[in-house]
Amino acid sequence: MNEIWLALLVGFPAVMSLAVAASGRWPNLRETVSIATSIALFAGVASFIGPVTAGARPSVTLLEVLPGIGLTFTLEPLGLLFALVASGLWSLTTLYAAGYMRGNEEHAQTRFFVCFALAISAAIGIAFAGNLLTLFIFYEMLTLSTYPLVTHHGDTESRNGGRVYLGILLTTSIGFFLPAIIITYLVSGSITFTAGGLFGNAGLSVLGAGALYVLFLYGTGKAALMPFHRWLPAAMVAPTPVSALLHAVAVVKAGVFIVLKLTVYVFGVDYLAETGASQLMMWVAAVTVLGASLIAMTRDNLKARLAYSTVSQLSYIVLGATMASSLGILGGGMHIAMHAFAKITLFFCAGAIYTATHRKYVSELDGLGYAMPITFSAFFIASLSLVGIPPMGGIWSKWYLMEGAADAGQSALIVVLAISSLLNIVYLLEIPTRAFFHNPRPDTPRRWQEAPWACVIPLSITAAGSIVWFLYPLPFLQLLAPWAPQ
Amino acid sequence: MIEQFFAQMPALVIVLPLLAAPMCVLLHRAALAWFVYLITAWACFGLAFLLFVQVKIGGPISYAMGGWPPPFGIELVLDSFNTVVLLLVTGIGAICSLYAKASVAAEIARERAYLFYAAMLLCLCGLAGITVTGDAFNLFVFLEISSLSSYGLIAMGAKRRALLSAFQYLIMGTIGGTFMLIGIGFLYMMTGSLNMADIAERLPAVADTRTVEAGLAFIVVGASLKFALFPLHVWLPNAYTYAPSSVSAFIAATATKVAVYALMRFLFTVFGAAYAFDELPLGEVLMVLAVVAMLSGSMAAIFQTDLKRLLAWSSIAQIGYIVMGFALASSAGITASVTHMVNHGIIKGALFMAAGALFWRLRTISLNDIAGLGKHMPWTSAAFVLAGLSLIGVPATGGFISKWVLLEAVIEPGHYWLAVAILVSSLMALIYIGRVVESLYFRERTEGQAVPGEAPPIMLVATWTLVLANIAIGVHATPLVGAAERAATALLGGGA
Repeated sequence: MNEIWLALLVGFPAVMSLAVAASGRWPNLRETVSIATSIALFAGVASFIGPVTAGARPSVTLLEVLPGIGLTFTLEPLGLLFALVASGLWSLTTLYAAGYMRGNEEHAQTRFFVCFALAISAAIGIAFAGNLLTLFIFYEMLTLSTYPLVTHHGDTESRNGGRVYLGILLTTSIGFFLPAIIITYLVSGSITFTAGGLFGNAGLSVLGAGALYVLFLYGTGKAALMPFHRWLPAAMVAPTPVSALLHAVAVVKAGVFIVLKLTVYVFGVDYLAETGASQLMMWVAAVTVLGASLIAMTRDNLKARLAYSTVSQLSYIVLGATMASSLGILGGGMHIAMHAFAKITLFFCAGAIYTATHRKYVSELDGLGYAMPITFSAFFIASLSLVGIPPMGGIWSKWYLMEGAADAGQSALIVVLAISSLLNIVYLLEIPTRAFFHNPRPDTPRRWQEAPWACVIPLSITAAGSIVWFLYPLPFLQLLAPWAPQ
Repeated sequence: MIEQFFAQMPALVIVLPLLAAPMCVLLHRAALAWFVYLITAWACFGLAFLLFVQVKIGGPISYAMGGWPPPFGIELVLDSFNTVVLLLVTGIGAICSLYAKASVAAEIARERAYLFYAAMLLCLCGLAGITVTGDAFNLFVFLEISSLSSYGLIAMGAKRRALLSAFQYLIMGTIGGTFMLIGIGFLYMMTGSLNMADIAERLPAVADTRTVEAGLAFIVVGASLKFALFPLHVWLPNAYTYAPSSVSAFIAATATKVAVYALMRFLFTVFGAAYAFDELPLGEVLMVLAVVAMLSGSMAAIFQTDLKRLLAWSSIAQIGYIVMGFALASSAGITASVTHMVNHGIIKGALFMAAGALFWRLRTISLNDIAGLGKHMPWTSAAFVLAGLSLIGVPATGGFISKWVLLEAVIEPGHYWLAVAILVSSLMALIYIGRVVESLYFRERTEGQAVPGEAPPIMLVATWTLVLANIAIGVHATPLVGAAERAATALLGGGA
């Protein structure tokens, strides 16, 4: 196994974005390039599963950015999991995006696919980052490469959405994350991700560690902790494939992945458990879980409701990190995958509904289930997975999160998770219920009117994924074995 | 022969442009004069590079002008600090020489173009002279050469307001120069020497006199006027706004940096850090002014409607970062200052060049007039955005490296409030750069606005050279930061 492959995989989509740009005049070729790239990327990332599961931690340093600090890629299980999820779902999204963008006759499709490839490059860079500086570079690259996607429509609404998006993400990262990195460097003398953390003997006070943890977590604006969550609903002005991949998978998962990574490799789970430095952020995450669910209930715009649901679900993963128990890390890691499959399905469905009927409000969906049975069935399955009901994969992550909470002695968190599940039922299951059981509005089509197959197939596959991971969660348990119960 | 050449390099870097300037006047034809300017500027850059390498390998160089041994004759001294500044000045000068041709042809009457090139060469000579000289009075002379030539250059701007701005700059610049001269005179009075190293040796014996303290004060205020430290900045926005594009780019990137260099040279080499910062509260004063400059400059930049004026206010803020670094009087602080001098020089050069390219097409540069140009001038707009990101401090750009070393320097001694000020100012940069980006990309050209094509290739090449240099520093800053660290060692080793 050659370490340089790590760097090549990070650069691969970025280089292929040039090919996408060059083939812009021939849409079929362009999408073929995109899909071939995504499949090759997934295969490349997947080839590391064996070695990493066996305990290898391949690492490569490309350049020395600052004296003693390199542009370093190191692969470990959490990063591999995130890279697999992001690259795997990218291929499905590309197929879906081809159908959606053409179905809605969107403009500037080439720019769209180019930025998409750049964003995936950045996401893989985050997944493979071997130190905080490398992570930060790709974190900002992800923010900037997705900005043209968020503002794709170019009208006033998307410009305003883009302002909030860029404003919050850059403000938090430069305002909080950057000083946190530098403080870490000055206190511990290193910013390399290290199993067990960096602060073991650094003589950092508990208060200092807690403050640093706060800086880091709020600095990771992509994790959408309240009150820095507004960028996520604002980003919903983007075309739906963007919301699907980037704001249900790549961007937001990059955020919570970073939270897990910081918890494990900068602070160390044991260090946090001993000092309790993560307690404050744990309660912030708990408030976000419930608060965002309550806001989601009030939203009639389907994508806005899904966005707030994402805010809430992201904090599940932050809870997993902040409870400072290895079971929490396992649950959080699994939830990255489970939520990704479920939420991308929901966004795919929202986009399919829009493409087929141009409806975007929940209240307009009454009785639409008969015209779009596949879409709404997929929506139902994914909703159940988010609620955490068998036979859907979401039960596993919730299971380990609750077990972790019990392990960490935080029984209140179990209550929070349980209430959140109930709220999920209310605001998510309302949608398929309306579609199948409410009386159709007069202008609602009764006959078969699904979106183009390029939209329907990906959402069926991701919905099926939620069921498959219930029956077969073993790959995740093997990958996250360092945190799994013995 | 070759050795002879190497030995004379410190003098050549000043003599070349000084001789080339009258040559431009004699040649008279615009194209020929430009060619002389181009060749000279690149030759100086080459010399600066060789000197940089020579100093890095062989240590400091002392050159006795005209064969008179120091401290009696004028000494040129090259160490790890001023070779970096010299490389910046001549590098920007060389790239500006590429850029100037197209922009001068559009902005300056053909029959006066040769004067423009001559003045540019004199300005380059003056700035290079300030950098390499080891003689306090000689420094003042070169300061005046660069200032006088830049008054003339600014006055050549296309609008009539350029004359007024040049006059404003002349008044303030002359006051600054005079203050420097008075300060140097006081030092001469007390020590009987003009050679910097010699003054530094003799100064401790008379350090506690009112005269030396007053001399220090005059020099600090005089230099601060020259680099437009708040509240002595009022001349700068007009001067940068109304100057011809290539002048704005060159002066914004180099002149203020060289003035900062001069002050640092006096503070650390002549007076010594212990005297200036421990016995007198200079550090605290400069730090407060730096913070105010950063915040007020960025705040003012947010409300500008003229692109060049916006960049000028941003420069006032960025000067604050540089001053804050050396006001810490620590090795890390000076490293940060030197790093940001170079980075800001490159960034601001690129931004003013991009702005100049827009001006070349439109003849105006308000945010309304550049609306929607992202589509029509994609390369110029992209260069502006990339350089702008660097100003904000986005990673993988030079601006990020500056911010990193500066934050390291202020957080280590526990000045958290300074870190907050730096970050707040960076985020204000996000707002003013964001306004330009929104104008370029999110607005359509309205009826009656011309739809221009891309700027001439030579301007784009110059602009993108700086943009790419900036990104190269962002991903591999070790050489720059290493050079800045050596500069800090050179400064503190001599003074403390």
